[in-house]
Amino acid sequence: MTELTTATRLPDDGTRLRARLAQAAGGLPEPSARQRRARRRAAVTGLFRHILLIAFGLIMLYPLLWMLASSLKPSELIFREPGLIPTEIDLSNYTDGWNALVNPFSTYLLNSALVVLGSVIGNLVACSMAAYAFARLEFRGRNLWFAIMLMSIMLPIHVVIVPQYVLFSELQWINTFLPLIVPKFLATDAFFIFLMVQFFRGIPKELDEAARLDGCGHVAIYLRIMLPLALPALATTAIFTFIWTWNDFFSQLIFLTRPDMYTVPVALAAFRDSTGETSWGSLFAMSIVSLIPVFLVFLFGQKYLVKGIATTGIK
Amino acid sequence: MSTTDIPRRAGVPARRERRRSRAVSRGDGRAAALFLAPWFAGLILITAGPMVASLYLSFTDYDLLTPPEWIGPENYTRMFADPRFLNALQVTFTYVLVSVPIQLALSLALALVLDKGLRALPFYRSVYYLPSLLGGSVAVAILWRQVFGADGLLNQFLAVFGIEGQGWVSHPDYALGTLVVLNVWTFGSPMVIFLAGLRQIPQMYYEAASIDGAGRVRKFVTITIPLLSPIVFFNLVLQIIGSFQSFTQAYVVSGGTGGPADSTMFYTLYLYLKGFGSLDMGYASAMAWFLLLIIGGMTAVNFLASKYWVFYDD
Repeated sequence: MTELTTATRLPDDGTRLRARLAQAAGGLPEPSARQRRARRRAAVTGLFRHILLIAFGLIMLYPLLWMLASSLKPSELIFREPGLIPTEIDLSNYTDGWNALVNPFSTYLLNSALVVLGSVIGNLVACSMAAYAFARLEFRGRNLWFAIMLMSIMLPIHVVIVPQYVLFSELQWINTFLPLIVPKFLATDAFFIFLMVQFFRGIPKELDEAARLDGCGHVAIYLRIMLPLALPALATTAIFTFIWTWNDFFSQLIFLTRPDMYTVPVALAAFRDSTGETSWGSLFAMSIVSLIPVFLVFLFGQKYLVKGIATTGIK
Repeated sequence: MSTTDIPRRAGVPARRERRRSRAVSRGDGRAAALFLAPWFAGLILITAGPMVASLYLSFTDYDLLTPPEWIGPENYTRMFADPRFLNALQVTFTYVLVSVPIQLALSLALALVLDKGLRALPFYRSVYYLPSLLGGSVAVAILWRQVFGADGLLNQFLAVFGIEGQGWVSHPDYALGTLVVLNVWTFGSPMVIFLAGLRQIPQMYYEAASIDGAGRVRKFVTITIPLLSPIVFFNLVLQIIGSFQSFTQAYVVSGGTGGPADSTMFYTLYLYLKGFGSLDMGYASAMAWFLLLIIGGMTAVNFLASKYWVFYDD
């Protein structure tokens, strides 16, 4: 009743309220001339908004599309035509770029793939184990350890990189993939522990209690209940690990110095340094090749990416 | 625990009960030790151990080849007398303080536009989000160098309007600007976080405000901004920490030199050049610890300041 009196005092919102009441009562309101006008105006501003959003999106993506187009053009045309559609398609940039360095580019792709694969498996196994302990087990000092884990997320890698380098070179691990993979099996990407703890906490406790009554231990509960139910969180972890590791440059630059052990980013940087400004066409071609895996993961894993960012705020 | 225990448990004296629960927690403790073993090993060997070691190394002269030699706080005093270090500090602060606010303003503005119930939302969200996945890669940094090069894409556009541009990446006044643009270009990830935050605001508040006669501006200022402020804060802290550690972009755009004239010498790039270029590992460790102090300090300031502008609904 009070709502209605407010509505009569404020005629503008009154119509909306009355329309809502009519909808609630089951019948759709007859569109008045005024409502039709408002709707048309909304359609026009909506269209306007779409045009602006698309234009903005094009500006955002233009450099990427231009790089793709340029990689298909003969080098001398790249700087003469800024347009996106190449007048002639020329794949020689790709064949030139592929063989421009000491090793064929497939070597670097394979190296990157191995590092990524190891990192994904390591993160999935080690982070989910730690997350299970933090989410489900009672142990002394849990809150303290949890806080330490959270703080380690924010730790810049630069604070530990020098001693890590010393440690790994003592172990003769420089120019192997071990310095890049082994830490993942020790759950050093604490971001994913946090992500999975958040997810595990959302799984009803009754499920593990029921399993415990049936005689399951923690290992069985973790393997047979938590992991299958946490597939979305595992997918998010796998996808982000893939993209981050594929793009990672700093640690790969430090730990991999022998050309045949280069990963894609290190090889690209070396390519850029060795050819300078002369062969943009093949440099672009290999850059495109290096972006394709990330783009594919983005295309097929979008759902998990968006969910992952929304729940934890990771990049 | 088996089901037959339960009725008996009701009758046991309190002390036995306590001992029992301690036994249970010890049982969990053993499982926790198992599940946390990899993480714990990582914490000691990969994180905490190296942290302590680098703190020690920061007080030594160390070149990897000969044993570290204790020199006290000399690395730290050298840092503040090193013009290239002070320049790197200034470059990085400029980069963070310019690019992060622009990036957050842009991501918030687009999130607000996209939140208007567009059916094409997932499409736009993907298009705007893609650059933040690619922005940290070497490939995009290579592209950037070309876009802002002397005969690059930007100058081709300017030429259409009869403006003669210059080599933006090779000019000390503009090179840092191109990196700022690159960071702003990756506004997609804070935008997605903003979008998720906007979804959390109950629609009811807006309806109640309309009934009370509030206009769009009023609703934005009194509902959206306060309820979104924790998310703004979260994005701010995260982006500052992340941007301060930017490395790849500066390394690739400047060809690993931080040039022209040290204008893109990011803090982490200088750290890398000192540590792994000139093998001055003690100095690099001191820089790393100072970086930790800066990041910790900025985060602390952020948290203190947040009392005055972040609204927590509880």
